[in-house]
Amino acid sequence: MSLTAVEVKKIAHLARLAINEADTPKYVSELSTILDFVAQMDKVDTGSILPMAHPLDVTQRLRADEVTEPNQRELFQSIAPSVESGLYLVPQVIE
Amino acid sequence: MKWETVIGLEVHCQLTTKSKIFSGAATAYGAAPNTQACAIDLGMPGVLPVLNIEAVHMAIKLGLSIDATISPHSVFARKNYFYPDLPKGYQISQFELPIVSQGHLDIDLEDGTRKRVGITRAHLEEDAGKSMHEDFNGMSGIDLNRAGTPLIEIVSEPDMRSAKEAIVYLKSLHALVRYLGICDGNMQEGSFRCDANVSVRPLGESKLGTRCELKNLNSFRFIERAINFEIARQIELIEGGGTVIQQTRLYDADKNETRPLRSKEEANDYRYFPDPDLLPVAIEQALIDKVRLELPELPQQKCERLQKQYELSAYDASVLVSSRELADYFEATVKQAQVSAKLAANWINGELAAALNRHNLEITASPITPAQLADLLRRIADNTISGKIAKSVFEILWESKESVDSIIEKQGLRQVTDSSAIEKMIDDILAANPQHVAEYRSGKDKLFGFFVGQVMKASGGKVNPQQLNDVLKKKLAGQ
Repeated sequence: MSLTAVEVKKIAHLARLAINEADTPKYVSELSTILDFVAQMDKVDTGSILPMAHPLDVTQRLRADEVTEPNQRELFQSIAPSVESGLYLVPQVIE
Repeated sequence: MKWETVIGLEVHCQLTTKSKIFSGAATAYGAAPNTQACAIDLGMPGVLPVLNIEAVHMAIKLGLSIDATISPHSVFARKNYFYPDLPKGYQISQFELPIVSQGHLDIDLEDGTRKRVGITRAHLEEDAGKSMHEDFNGMSGIDLNRAGTPLIEIVSEPDMRSAKEAIVYLKSLHALVRYLGICDGNMQEGSFRCDANVSVRPLGESKLGTRCELKNLNSFRFIERAINFEIARQIELIEGGGTVIQQTRLYDADKNETRPLRSKEEANDYRYFPDPDLLPVAIEQALIDKVRLELPELPQQKCERLQKQYELSAYDASVLVSSRELADYFEATVKQAQVSAKLAANWINGELAAALNRHNLEITASPITPAQLADLLRRIADNTISGKIAKSVFEILWESKESVDSIIEKQGLRQVTDSSAIEKMIDDILAANPQHVAEYRSGKDKLFGFFVGQVMKASGGKVNPQQLNDVLKKKLAGQ
């Protein structure tokens, strides 16, 4: 299975990664190699095996429903580029 | 051509946990911006989400109440997209292995039939923050208090065939989650939100038409209007030779129209994958059995019980069970008043509901308690006051802290049942209207109502109507 340059550019856009036009062929070929490897694994019959969602063979520990986090807004906002009235300010997102 | 509408609904319910789904920050509504957003909610590097056990219990409750499969093995996944109110760049949700699947909800339609709506799945996920786009000099303000609030997303099969059916389903689901105590159902605050997938196809066609997803639906009334607008739009488009394009559309309540949403993440390419920060969730049968024992009486069970136990009509019972609190109010009233349940149902669904509505109050905030209403109903039942006078007492009771009996005494509203007093009043009226008496006696029966009216007027409505009728009939007959 081979990726096209258009698909690679789309993936990069979705991940918000900037890639140079010149580098695109290299990404196309390297990412395609990975997919080819996955395709190879796909050939193994795994019908009777439970899909593995996590490499550790343990299950999720659950926490009690208790409020344990105090308000640390000032601390968190001290590293924010811009805040106003307690809100984080970001470039306008609505069109 | 005849068209058939096909509707599927996705409902997001905020769960009523005290803390967030993956962090110990509070979830209370209305806090100052960003005071309930901790390092985990902000997506700070190095943090680890840990699942809230109560959210899992609530999902199991929902699953059991819709006869669904509770997955013994369920997995959280990352849904990737970029938006400022989603600090991590992904939402933790469930994709391939949701906690609840293959359930159904039976809904009672207006025509008395019961319809089964399939529920494909219900999964746990985290809510995003809120963006505010005004007043920040061209910037957007972000409040992340809501980020990480637990949601359960309930996805129905495309089983609804009209906007009306969709609303019945939503109201049933709304009542259910409130009965279960897993969601407060507050639509204004966004605790219960709905997206609708709407398509049309020629009647008899089995293949589904292309659907549009409607968003921004925050009241039952708007949902119904938005769906009906969208149905009409799609039919008009197709009949005009066009084709429906699959897209997300926003409902604008002011203009009563839907319009395409800007393409936020063009192809909706969320690139789901299992979240490596979270291990698979194992749910043992013992836990499911334990939660099953905690299930309250559900709306449909309660509705059937009220009809049977109190001999109420299906309609009265269905109105009373629309919320658990209303049904509780009814049962408390009947128990204390020891009057007919029908009388109590009439007053609660009539006078009380209207007054609550006028004052925009929930039943839990009613200024008249079940005990007070019970006092009032007892005085109607024992003929101390008439039903009509009772409405005046009700109004005074609404505003004051006085007891029913003291209102009746102070305002002199006690019904006149003393027959000599009633006879005296009737004699006066008959003497003052000799012409009408003569006409009545010569066969104008309809004038009976006139005499009743006159006596009622003279007595301020306080004469016992039954007694008045009996005595008046005798007097007019010349006895």
